[in-house]
This record gives sequence, C-alpha cells and structure tokens, in this order.
Amino acid sequence: MNTTASRAQVAFNYALLTLCSIIAIYPLIGVALASLYPPGPDSAPSGFGLPPTFAWHNYVTAWEQGKFATSFTTSLIVAFVMVPASVLLSILGGYAFATMRFWGSTVLFYLFILGLIIPTEATIVPLYYDVRAMGLLDTYWALIILEVSGEVAFGIFWMRAAFLSAPPSLLEAARIDGSSSWTTLWRIMVPFAKPAILTLTVLTFADSWNEFFLALVFTVNKFTAPAGLASFSGRYTTDIALVSAGAVIVAIPILIVFIIFQREFMRGMLTGAVKG
Amino acid sequence: MDPGPQVATRAAALGSLRRRPERLPGEARRIGYLYVAPAFILYAAFNLLPLFQGINISFYNWDGITPGTWVGLDNYTEFFTDPTILAGYTHVLILMIFYAFLPIVIGLFLAALISRIRIRGLTVFRILLFLPLVITDVVTAVAWTWVYDINGPISTALRAIGLGRLVPAQGWLGDFNTALPAVGVFGLWGGFGFCLILFLAGVMKIPASLYEAARVDGANAIREFFAVTLPGLRYELQVVLVLSVIGTLDTFDEIYVMTGGGPGTATSVPAYLVWRRLFQTGQVGSAAALGIVLMLIIFAVTWAINRAMERGNEA
Repeated sequence: MNTTASRAQVAFNYALLTLCSIIAIYPLIGVALASLYPPGPDSAPSGFGLPPTFAWHNYVTAWEQGKFATSFTTSLIVAFVMVPASVLLSILGGYAFATMRFWGSTVLFYLFILGLIIPTEATIVPLYYDVRAMGLLDTYWALIILEVSGEVAFGIFWMRAAFLSAPPSLLEAARIDGSSSWTTLWRIMVPFAKPAILTLTVLTFADSWNEFFLALVFTVNKFTAPAGLASFSGRYTTDIALVSAGAVIVAIPILIVFIIFQREFMRGMLTGAVKG
Repeated sequence: MDPGPQVATRAAALGSLRRRPERLPGEARRIGYLYVAPAFILYAAFNLLPLFQGINISFYNWDGITPGTWVGLDNYTEFFTDPTILAGYTHVLILMIFYAFLPIVIGLFLAALISRIRIRGLTVFRILLFLPLVITDVVTAVAWTWVYDINGPISTALRAIGLGRLVPAQGWLGDFNTALPAVGVFGLWGGFGFCLILFLAGVMKIPASLYEAARVDGANAIREFFAVTLPGLRYELQVVLVLSVIGTLDTFDEIYVMTGGGPGTATSVPAYLVWRRLFQTGQVGSAAALGIVLMLIIFAVTWAINRAMERGNEA
C-alpha cells in the first residue's frame, strides 16, 4: 500500500466519504427533526433548520395512536421464540452438512440454498390458505413458523461454513476420545463457532424485528413494528410530524442493536461477499 | 423482499456459492439425517410444498372463496395481454436502472477516486453508509415520503433557487411522471453505500504490485481502472449484481408505503400485483401465476449473471 500519500489525497478521501455519509443519513436526520415539529396537517418541515419548538409530545401521541405497544409486543414475542429456534435448527443442520456424509446430503444442501432466492411472492398465495386451514391466521405462531422456515436456509449455509472452518484436529481429537456426535457438537464445535453463532443471532434478530410482508399478509391485530408503522402512516398520511415520530420509534431498537453489534453486522454483511 | 440484513445475508451466502464444495466433508454417518430433519421438515413444509401448491393454483381461475375453475395456462398467457402486468414489469425494469445499475456505477466510480491508502475512522463511515440498509424499508420509506413532500427539502430547495415551477402539484410521489423515478432514487440511496463499502474493501485487497506494473506500462488512471481495478472487483460485482437485481424484482415494501402502486398504476410492480390480486381483487389464480413467474425470472437472472461472470473469470 502506498505510504507516501499526500495530504491532499487524504483530505480528498475524507471529503468524499463525508459527502457520501451525509447523503446516506440526511433523510434519517431529517425524519428525526420532522418528528419534533408541531403536529397537524401540512406539518412537513422544509428540512433546513431546527423545529420552532421541540414537540416531544409527538412521541407519546404516536406511541398511542400508532398502537406501538401492541406491535412492539408482537415483534418482541416473535423474535424471542423465533431467533433461538432458528439458530438452533441452523446449528444442527449446519453441523451435519459440515461434518457428516449421508446419502443425498448434497442434494439436500442445495435445496436449502435454493431457498435463498425463492421469493416470498412465489409461495405466499398457497401459504395464506395453508395457514388459514391450520387456524393460525392472526397468531404469533404464524409469524414464528414462517420466519423460522424462511431463515433456516441462510442459517444452515452460514453454520456449515463456520463448522467447516474448524481445524480437522479438533474433530479428530473428539473422535479419539470416542465422543458421540452430540457431545462433540456442544462441547467442541459450538464453543469454536461462537462468533459465527453470535453474528447469525444478531442478523436473525434484525430480520425478525424488520419483518413486514408476512405480518401484512398473515395478521390483522398482531402487526409487527414495521407493519404497525405502515398502517399508522397510512392513516395519518398528512401528519408528517406524527408519522415521523412513529418511524423513529420503530427504528430505535434496531439502531441500538446495530451500534452494539456493528462488528457482527459488518461481518455478516461483508464476509461472504468479500472473502475469497 | 427486505433489503435490510436479509439482503446482506443473501450476499454472504451467494457470494460464497462460487467456492465449489471442496472435499465432501466428514465421515459417513446416517445420524446426519436426524440433525437436518427439524430444519428440513419446516423448510419443506413452508417453502417447497407451497411452490407446488402455487403451481397448481395458478392453473385455476379462483376468487379465493367459491370453487375455482380450471383454466389451463390462461393465467400465464395473460402476461402478454394484461396491460397491468406488462406495466408492472416495465416499471421493474426502469427501477433496475436505479436499484442496480446506478449504485454499482457510482460505487465503482467513487471507489476508484478514493486513493488506496489506509483510511482512519473507516468504521464510522461504514456505520453511516450502512444505515440506509440496516434500518428497515418501512422506516426509510416514511423518511423519503417526507423528502418528496411538496413542502419537503427537495421542493423547498427548488423554490429557493427560483425553480418552484418544477415542483409537481401533488408532490413528487403523487405525479404520474415523477413517481417512478422518485421511488428509483430512494432505491439508489438505499444501495449506493453498500456498493461503495464493498468495492472499497475489494480495492484494498488488490495487490499494489498490479497497480505499479500498470504504472510502469504507462497506463493512465482510466486504463488503470479498466485493467486492474475492475477485474480485481469481479467477485464483488457478481454478488452486488445478483443481489440488486433480485432485490429490484421483488420490490414491495417501499411501493406499499410510499405510493400504493400509484398514482393510478404508475409505480405498480409484480410483487405488489401479487398482493393486490390475492387480497383486493380476488384474482388468486393470477396472483399465484405472477409469483411463480417472478421466481422463474429470478432463477434465470441469477443463473445468467453467475454464468456470465464465471465465463469472464475464465477468460
């Protein structure tokens, strides 16, 4: 790498990256400011300057009118069941695909990979009638089951890669000790793959919290946080200040998770794409 | 569907797909079935089985309530005669310019402009540039609804420089001419940061010796870009192309929030049509056919891009 970079080059790099970052966050800052303008029709601020008075009460109003207590409860309950279930199934499946050979294992693995590009639209029509026939419309279970079944495709892929990167000596040592596959998984492989498991957990949580389409299709009174926001913004189209407050409310939990786990997010988002 | 972390997870997976399964791992053990079974049963029941059910439904004219009638391929031939479907696909093609082509071109251009030196504080830029991707579509779409408002920042800025007549009376999302490009710009905003970060990381990995060699050969910046940078980024390009094209094809969330497919059908897209026909217009068979065709197109496009890029690698 060039070590004799001129100051001008360094300054140019920073200027460019700063400009890009401003473009990336301007609408987000704007919506945060808009959320503090006095509510009402035509409350749209121009986006240049601070609100005349800080209408913090918008958040209380939005929380109540947007029924966010309900949609946050749904998102939390669903994530609380869905994330551990999905990660567990992914660990089990990924372990088998990484360390065992059995008839049809390659075909099975590729079937899972296919799931990464099957769009929800292709299955949503029959799924709606299936879920209705099971009596699960408008239940947490519908969201939990469908989210897990959608998430395991990536999870298995991810965990298989993580377990494959374990040094063969680890497994051999376990074999010599005569450990069962179950013991080997929990005593040796899972501790080894902890960082990958953490990344998977964080990404799965984000996906679950952000779930919108499934909630829109399968629930009426149990909207997830984003679906609750969409419905709120549909009812209050003209009140930009209030809707903006709702948007900030929905964004905050995921923002906190992102800031705490940004390392895991980056790894999840970039590794596969960048590695190699 | 959701270009949040899910897109990224797909990126990770598809990105590594190119690495051929090395050795067949592990020892022969039938107990493997037991480990895979729980995930597979769920996955098969709620992803694979519905595919076949969907194909079946797509051969019927069904309103979702009364018994349907078998219509053979009518729901598919409709693709060539139904102007709404044709419009949906036209819109998605136009959106692709904004969701796939422009973010890649802009990302490449910026990554090439930035000199290859260690950037302190890159983590901060990464976080900021990733925010549009991390924050769910519904939230960012609400933000952009404000951006496009008649009193929002774009309109205000245009009025300030005396171009107020350009501001559409119904706002940028309510105007037949500007609604679709407006949605497009939203997609461009959502994607360019990811492209830039990805390409930047890729450029840093290209051996400095290749650049030195190019310089010795007397290559100017432009030749250097096409001879060294672009070939060095082909894996990143492949991943981003596949992801952004798939992402455009199943665009739904922002359409639902920002325009509802309108004004008229000006921003209607295939995924939105599936939803509308399933729940609002009682054309369930047609909705199923739309979903199946969308999937086939996604398969074909993914295959074509991967193949084209792999060919390029061999050459």
